[in-house]
Amino acid sequence: MNESFVEFNNITKKFPRVIANKNVSFNINKSTVHALLGENGAGKSTLVKVLYGLLKPEEGYINFNNDILKINSPSEARKNGIGMVFQHFSLFESLTVRDNLILGIEENISYSKLQQQLEDISSKYNLPLDLEAPITSLSAGEKQRVEIVRILLQDPQLLIMDEPTSVLTPQEVESLFITLKALVKEGRTILYITHKLEEVISLCNEVTIMRNGEVIDSCSTENQTAKGLATKMLGQKLEELKTDYSHIKDFINFKAKKISCTFNDPFFTDLKNISFEVKEGEIFGIAGVAGNGQSELMDILIGENCSIDSGEIIFKKNNIESFNPQQRRDLSIAFVPENRLGHSAVPELTLSENILLSQFPNNNFTNHGILNKNFIEDYANEVINNFNVVTPGSDAKASSLSGGNLQKFVIGREISSNPKLLIISHPTWGIDAGAEYSIRQSLINLAKNGTSIIVLSQDIDELIEITHRLAVIYNGSLSDSFITKEIDITKLGLLMGGKK
Amino acid sequence: MTNLFPTIVSRAQSSNIMNIFVPIIAIILTLITGSIIFSLMGFNALFALHTFFISPISTTYGISELLVKATPLALIATGLAFCFKNNIYNIGAEGQLTMGAIFGGGIGIFFHDTNSFWLLPLMIIGGAIGGSLWAMIPALLKNKFNTNEILTSLMLVYVALLILDFLVVGPWRDPDGYSFPKTRPFSDSGRMPLLFDGLRIHIGLIITLILIIISWFVFAKTIFGFQLKVSGFSPIAARYAGFNQKILIYLAFGICGAFAGIAGLAEVSGPIGLIYRDISPNYGFTAIIVAFLGRLHPLGIIFASLVIALTYLGAEDAQLFMQIPAAVGFLFQGLVLFYLLGADFLVKYKFEFKKSK
Repeated sequence: MNESFVEFNNITKKFPRVIANKNVSFNINKSTVHALLGENGAGKSTLVKVLYGLLKPEEGYINFNNDILKINSPSEARKNGIGMVFQHFSLFESLTVRDNLILGIEENISYSKLQQQLEDISSKYNLPLDLEAPITSLSAGEKQRVEIVRILLQDPQLLIMDEPTSVLTPQEVESLFITLKALVKEGRTILYITHKLEEVISLCNEVTIMRNGEVIDSCSTENQTAKGLATKMLGQKLEELKTDYSHIKDFINFKAKKISCTFNDPFFTDLKNISFEVKEGEIFGIAGVAGNGQSELMDILIGENCSIDSGEIIFKKNNIESFNPQQRRDLSIAFVPENRLGHSAVPELTLSENILLSQFPNNNFTNHGILNKNFIEDYANEVINNFNVVTPGSDAKASSLSGGNLQKFVIGREISSNPKLLIISHPTWGIDAGAEYSIRQSLINLAKNGTSIIVLSQDIDELIEITHRLAVIYNGSLSDSFITKEIDITKLGLLMGGKK
Repeated sequence: MTNLFPTIVSRAQSSNIMNIFVPIIAIILTLITGSIIFSLMGFNALFALHTFFISPISTTYGISELLVKATPLALIATGLAFCFKNNIYNIGAEGQLTMGAIFGGGIGIFFHDTNSFWLLPLMIIGGAIGGSLWAMIPALLKNKFNTNEILTSLMLVYVALLILDFLVVGPWRDPDGYSFPKTRPFSDSGRMPLLFDGLRIHIGLIITLILIIISWFVFAKTIFGFQLKVSGFSPIAARYAGFNQKILIYLAFGICGAFAGIAGLAEVSGPIGLIYRDISPNYGFTAIIVAFLGRLHPLGIIFASLVIALTYLGAEDAQLFMQIPAAVGFLFQGLVLFYLLGADFLVKYKFEFKKSK
């Protein structure tokens, strides 16, 4: 039965600033569920895109079914018997299930034959479908079923599933697993991308663990424990830490108390009872794999979403959960959301104009609604100089800056207001090493001067380097917090993978 | 081997200079296309273009007429700039203009036998309120129910026109008017004072210029103007900045409606002097072209309003002297918009013929 079905041979894929896949080689055996496990940015998606014909690798090749795979597009991949179910569905919401299925078929077949095929697939793989129902009326799990049936109509030998359980309820997960097991039994092979350790152990036969674009291990899941997988996924990250705890005061600056928020949307993660506290001068980290409620929590912390179900946000004895972002800024709270272009900065505007997006009480940017252009320009130039932003000047458009420079500018804008609390999401996401170092250093310096900082990040190295305490968010719940210096990396990995 | 169809690629850096020249290029291309069309229709293209674009403004009276037409266009387009900068597509300026004429003109009809200095200012305020209330309807619907303002504002144009129709044939019909669908004339103090004897340009031109200067100040120098711009470019950034987008929507609609309402009132109390069915030759719609041709910038809008006003005059002259249908004027307006949008697109994107593998 150990017949190799897909072989990755030295796949290397480079992007302008990162090498996403470095000499990736491993085999997937026929009739298995093969897990591809790794943190965000480990290179899983890139590898899968290469396999599905969306990307071309610089080096290496793939053997598929004992032949070298030569494809340029997903449709060629499908012709070769490779199907993929994406995390985000591509269905026509207003059409019925049947119409959506018909649209997915590339050759002409008769209506009655299609009906027959659908019934076969439905009963064989535990995929009940109401063909007349419009897509809008379906739950996320049902929509996923439509996607799977659509792929199965083309009779693929290899099925790629990209984090399929992220939008499902526990019951739906269970029924998905029954389907996947039935498919494997029939001789099909499944490549299952995930970061959930539990699923690897309960569902998959083999697992390949990736970290920083490289394969760390590829083995059978027998004899593997969640703990062991977690360590492999994260690596040994605890080196000597120089984090300074001495300046932290006992005064609690910020408190989140039992925040709960339901969204009724499969693409949002409901938040459950989130509580944490941040002391004066402390950097508090929130770790976790993307999509576990970070952006939802960020919106609530910034004040872009003020409609939480229950809970309190307390800043220096003020209840601020109903404050909008401007009211929070008036209390000297600064924010840097994850997305620079179009969120914390407007690409079409100049740097000076972008300064105006966040006004703090002592800025004097406006006088009775009229702009104080000199003040604004001075502030912009100050940020550019103090934070080494590389740009021709304050009248350059934000879109002309590199990601790292724009991030330095945005963070500089917020830090220059001398905030009492800074809430920052993914501070060094997608930027070069030099900018990364200077941003981390400026956050550490800010905390030394008494500012409390909340950092949400997927980058464990970063959190371990700069935070004093951290907690892990998983599926909308936040774990207890740990002193970063004393943290056990295995435990961290388990928490991120959803195991207590 | 090249592919038959080019791919559209975003230009990394769109040229700022080209952005300014786009309207001029659009006008030149319009003239070239126009002369081709005239030639195909069997006219001497140069003579036709001369009749269309030069002879209408070769007299003082012609220039005055140009300004009479450009005034409402510029005023409405400036109002529309408040909406368009905020990415609100208010297409209903024509209805807001009509409502302004009804409200302001209604005051004029009510006081048709009064002569007072205060009558005209009162009518102007009435016009502003009328237009602005009418614009509040799509704003309210958008804020409360997230309706598409393009549809609602456009549909309300026809409602407003029917209300106007009802009034001039019904309750407001001139009792001494031999059953013609028009109202009584306003009293002299309810008319826009003329700037020069014998010419039709009136004080509305001055009001428009003042409002355009104020608008320029608001766009360039105030936090409100900045808020409109940010929420137009990126609603998410506006939310991050803590701008209240619902209030911005009300304000943008309200200001636009007020400007259109004043333009409507200025039409009825200016050149016309009473209310009848056809108070506006689609100024409210044409102003959309003016606003974009003028790059939503007050100075550009003044320039664009003169160009577009000329197509109105040219069409009249061409009909008179060359028996070319007056609809050719609309053809020119359409051509300008077409080339403008096309040139805009090409400044941002380019075509690439990729070699296929």
